[in-house]
Amino acid sequence: METVPATGLLAASWLLIALPLAGAAVLLLGGKRTDRWGHLLAIGTVVAAFVLAVASTVQLSGLTTKSVGVELFTFISTGQLDVTAGLLYDPLSAVFVLLITGVGALIHVYSVGYMAHDPARRRFFAYLNLFVAAMLLLVLGDSFVALYVGWEGVGLASYLLIAFWYQRPAAATAAKKAFVMNRVGDVGLALAVFVMFVQLGTTSYAGVLGSVGLLAGGTVTALGLLLLLGACGKSGQFPLQAWLPDAMEGPTPVSALIHAATMVTAGVYLIARSAPVFDASPTARTVVLVVGAITILIGAVAGCAFDDIKKVLAWSTVSQIGYMFLAVGLGPVGYVAAIAHLLTHGFFKAGLFLGAGSVMHGMGDQTDMRRFGGLAGRMKTTFVTFGLGYLALIGFPFLSGYWTKDAIIEAAFDRGGVSGYLLGGVAVLGAGLTAFYMTRLMLMTFAGRPRWEDGVHPHESPAVMTAPMVVLAVGSVAAGFLLVEVFPLADWLAPVFGAPEEATAHVVPPLAVSVLVTLVVAVGVLVAWLFVGRREVPVVAPERVSLPVRAARNALYADTVNETVFMRPGMWLTRALVYVDNRGVDGLVNGIGAGLGGSSSRLGRTQTGFVRSYALGMLGGAVLVAAALLAVAS
Amino acid sequence: MSDFPWLLTMIAVPAVGGAVVAALPRGRDAQAKVVALAVSLVVLVLAVLATVAFDVGGERFQLATSVSWIPAFGVDFALGVDGIALVMLLLIGVLVPVVVVASWRDTGPGGRPMKAYFAWLLVLEAMMVGVFVATDVFLFYVFFEAMLVPMYFIIGSFGGPRRQYAAVKFFLYSLLGGLVMLASVIGLYVVSNSQLGEGTFAFDALRQLEIDPGVQKLLFLGFFIAFAIKAPLVPFHTWLPDSGAEAPIGGGVLLVGVLDKVGTFGFIRYCLPLFPDAARDFAPYVLVLAVLGIGYAALLAMGQSDLKRLVTYTSIAHFGFIALGVFAFTTEGGTGAVLYMVNHGISTGLLFLVVGMLIARGGSRQIGDYGGVATKAPLLAGVLLVAGLASLALPGTNSFVSEFLVLIGSFPTWPVATVLATVGIVLAALYVLLMVQRTMHGPARGLVLEKPGAFRDLGRRELVVVAPLIALVIGLGVYPQPLLALIDPAVAATMVDVGSDPAGTEPVTAEPTSEQGAD
Repeated sequence: METVPATGLLAASWLLIALPLAGAAVLLLGGKRTDRWGHLLAIGTVVAAFVLAVASTVQLSGLTTKSVGVELFTFISTGQLDVTAGLLYDPLSAVFVLLITGVGALIHVYSVGYMAHDPARRRFFAYLNLFVAAMLLLVLGDSFVALYVGWEGVGLASYLLIAFWYQRPAAATAAKKAFVMNRVGDVGLALAVFVMFVQLGTTSYAGVLGSVGLLAGGTVTALGLLLLLGACGKSGQFPLQAWLPDAMEGPTPVSALIHAATMVTAGVYLIARSAPVFDASPTARTVVLVVGAITILIGAVAGCAFDDIKKVLAWSTVSQIGYMFLAVGLGPVGYVAAIAHLLTHGFFKAGLFLGAGSVMHGMGDQTDMRRFGGLAGRMKTTFVTFGLGYLALIGFPFLSGYWTKDAIIEAAFDRGGVSGYLLGGVAVLGAGLTAFYMTRLMLMTFAGRPRWEDGVHPHESPAVMTAPMVVLAVGSVAAGFLLVEVFPLADWLAPVFGAPEEATAHVVPPLAVSVLVTLVVAVGVLVAWLFVGRREVPVVAPERVSLPVRAARNALYADTVNETVFMRPGMWLTRALVYVDNRGVDGLVNGIGAGLGGSSSRLGRTQTGFVRSYALGMLGGAVLVAAALLAVAS
Repeated sequence: MSDFPWLLTMIAVPAVGGAVVAALPRGRDAQAKVVALAVSLVVLVLAVLATVAFDVGGERFQLATSVSWIPAFGVDFALGVDGIALVMLLLIGVLVPVVVVASWRDTGPGGRPMKAYFAWLLVLEAMMVGVFVATDVFLFYVFFEAMLVPMYFIIGSFGGPRRQYAAVKFFLYSLLGGLVMLASVIGLYVVSNSQLGEGTFAFDALRQLEIDPGVQKLLFLGFFIAFAIKAPLVPFHTWLPDSGAEAPIGGGVLLVGVLDKVGTFGFIRYCLPLFPDAARDFAPYVLVLAVLGIGYAALLAMGQSDLKRLVTYTSIAHFGFIALGVFAFTTEGGTGAVLYMVNHGISTGLLFLVVGMLIARGGSRQIGDYGGVATKAPLLAGVLLVAGLASLALPGTNSFVSEFLVLIGSFPTWPVATVLATVGIVLAALYVLLMVQRTMHGPARGLVLEKPGAFRDLGRRELVVVAPLIALVIGLGVYPQPLLALIDPAVAATMVDVGSDPAGTEPVTAEPTSEQGAD
């Protein structure tokens, strides 16, 4: 795809990143002086970035070549490696920029209320601004190196924000776990960049993606799998999913923005951006499909078993991103579907998290749904907005999820053959499970008898919090319809992914898929009603449960596996090596020293005289060696 | 301006300054500090001016000064810098004043006056400058050995409880290496004598020699062992944790930040261009040590209970990366390795300093004695995190650029070794974040509870110490090109010496068989 130099507003795209970055810098360096107005500055920078993004996107839509480059400066140039710091504003990055700044601005506003009583609110907004800047760099960078810088930048922001309440050991541990598991993925991404440079001599999107055809088949597959490893780490996909639910230790607005709407979808962006690589390697694409399908089920199954409202939503996120992976794994038919679902999910999942935060706000930071119940009457706005998000997520007809999730399921069936039915089946099953766990969540939280702890007086959150929830609820209702029927995303993204294909013969008619999914969803809702809604919810989780339930509560034992396979052996190895290094390697050396120069303790006592005699010995030895050399040379 | 003897002045100023400080009457510690700071700032200004005078596109060695020293053996007092040496001078110029300010409030063990400490610091600075600017191999050797003396006294007189053991161990290891190197230096002289008709130690003449492969291997090993001890590479490393842990913080910063770089500097300045064939033959074995060191030292860093030892082990892991970059025989890898030397000096210097500030508050080096420091001293915790992130080479920090260049430059030559080294970035995240979590996060406990008054946040002097380094960590992380532009030509010239195509990423040395041997 041709890229033209930026003009007008687009030439100032770097401001999108610079604004929130400057906000973060002022808040961090300004110290207490900025306490009073720091959050307003933070909001201002993100809102300004959003306005700029809207204007830039309008300008982009008027251009004939919808791919605009901004060259900033030479980042690294040595030998044959030449990395220019540059940005690429095209339809794909534009939708991400709008999502990040739009949802980001709403969540900044919400946080003013949510973090009002936190003494470290300024630090919170600084990190949040830092995140927005890094995320914008991730999606705006014009090379895999720029993407990598943003990629680890959002990882840092995520670490800082998960550990925001660092006094809590659980938060500190979760932050570290998230960073380290992300780094495992980053190894893949880094190696992919090395392969690109060695094979093609460049790391820019234009250079790499335009020359995929020159690469050998095995290399392309390797490249695809390495990129996928990176994507799995960032997006909490199998086998690197275990960090995401733990990340819920961070403040809830963080969960909404970073661990639901934006950062965790970066893996989908990476694969979509690298579409030519995956188009050229059916093997890599198949692995993406498998990862997506497995993760849909892992997330959905675990989501059914947790009692912590944020963890259920987190597993739901894992599962929903699984759908997006499944979609991009399907190839050209799926890219647009994946991005569409990513956008609607950004709305309704962010809305759900903000709603959960509102509930927690009213319930004294309680997250255990067994301690909720009957909140519908006490928190009307939260209930209605959350309910709309819920309906959108489970795919209630004509709400957002219905349009975008069904499109993915259709595309899975359209793959044809056994694999098509298998993938479609998994996706339908996942939709049913989603309906179950989300209905369970709704019933436990908003319906039934109150099971509140003593001294808790649920109340609706202030307008600064509910207003963003209302906006996101509107998005949850309308975004799907708008993106599919009114402003077709497929047409907007056509310059990136190619023109939408004419509807070919479907394996299963779309209407049939819709009906099937809706039926399965209805069953999920019904089952949840039978198990949760009809009965009294026990305040303490029953302990004698069946094996499957126990497995689901342990999130299918991913942590157990990580611990047994990596962490414990690693700890033993570390201890053994410390012993060997102290006793073995050093002991050996000290022993030789003692043998040559008397006891090693005497080494400690003797001082300069000893050193002087060694210096003499050294000279003598050197003369001897030199003499030997002379003899050899002559 | 380039006629001015910049390099000679840069050696003379701190040497004279050291003598002045030493000559101050007893009890004048306060004046000693002021003189030391002034002198070190003058050296910084000189380093900057020398950089301005340096013509990036010009000859390999510039600002040269040469005086005949021992004519009988063809030894010259010859000084000159290429881009590689120049960036090391800048590093020295920045670190020494920082170290002086960082040591401002230090007290010697048993109330020993600190005057001598500052005198030794300045002498050390003179020697460090000398070792990087010497273009006569014998002169290099002299500085290489002379550098030990001030550091020996810095550790031995002003260090921790086991300072004398550590100082002697440091001295013996270095001396042993120096001895072997001296043999090779003399060997080089002999070869030049037989090939050129008259013996010389001039680097530029020596790198033109065609040395017999067998002799080359012997001579290479002499240099290599000395540098591998100095750098240090596993398994020559055991002196460093002792020295680094016992050294006073300021001395430790210069030890890990600059002195150890003489080893890796030696690899690229001497081992590669003087003995290209031997370097290529031995490269697979060096690679094994490098990659082994990255993993081994990282695991050991994780297992340390002593904060200062932990920092030295992280450094050993980083030296593995530098060795990998040097022996990749590509311009990208070599440039990355040299930039790594500078960046490591900055970021690990910062880490060492902030760890020192923590130890100064708690009075213990044990990680287990701390916990929840961030609740009391959030700025200190923040600076430790920044230093840690630079250590784990997070993009946006200086170290990312160098580590990225080392790895991307090594990948064409040594794919398997590079993949293994890349896995090291996960281990780096672990040892840094574990340390941060154990000391800074969680509720206040241990010493933080016992000495509630001791854990004040960073004071003004401490901020002056860390601020320039943090600025460099981020500045060089975002815009490293000025340094790369200095380093690149010198590394490219080295690649010509070693027979690699300086422009190409496809190195001539990548023989599939030797590659297998490395992994």
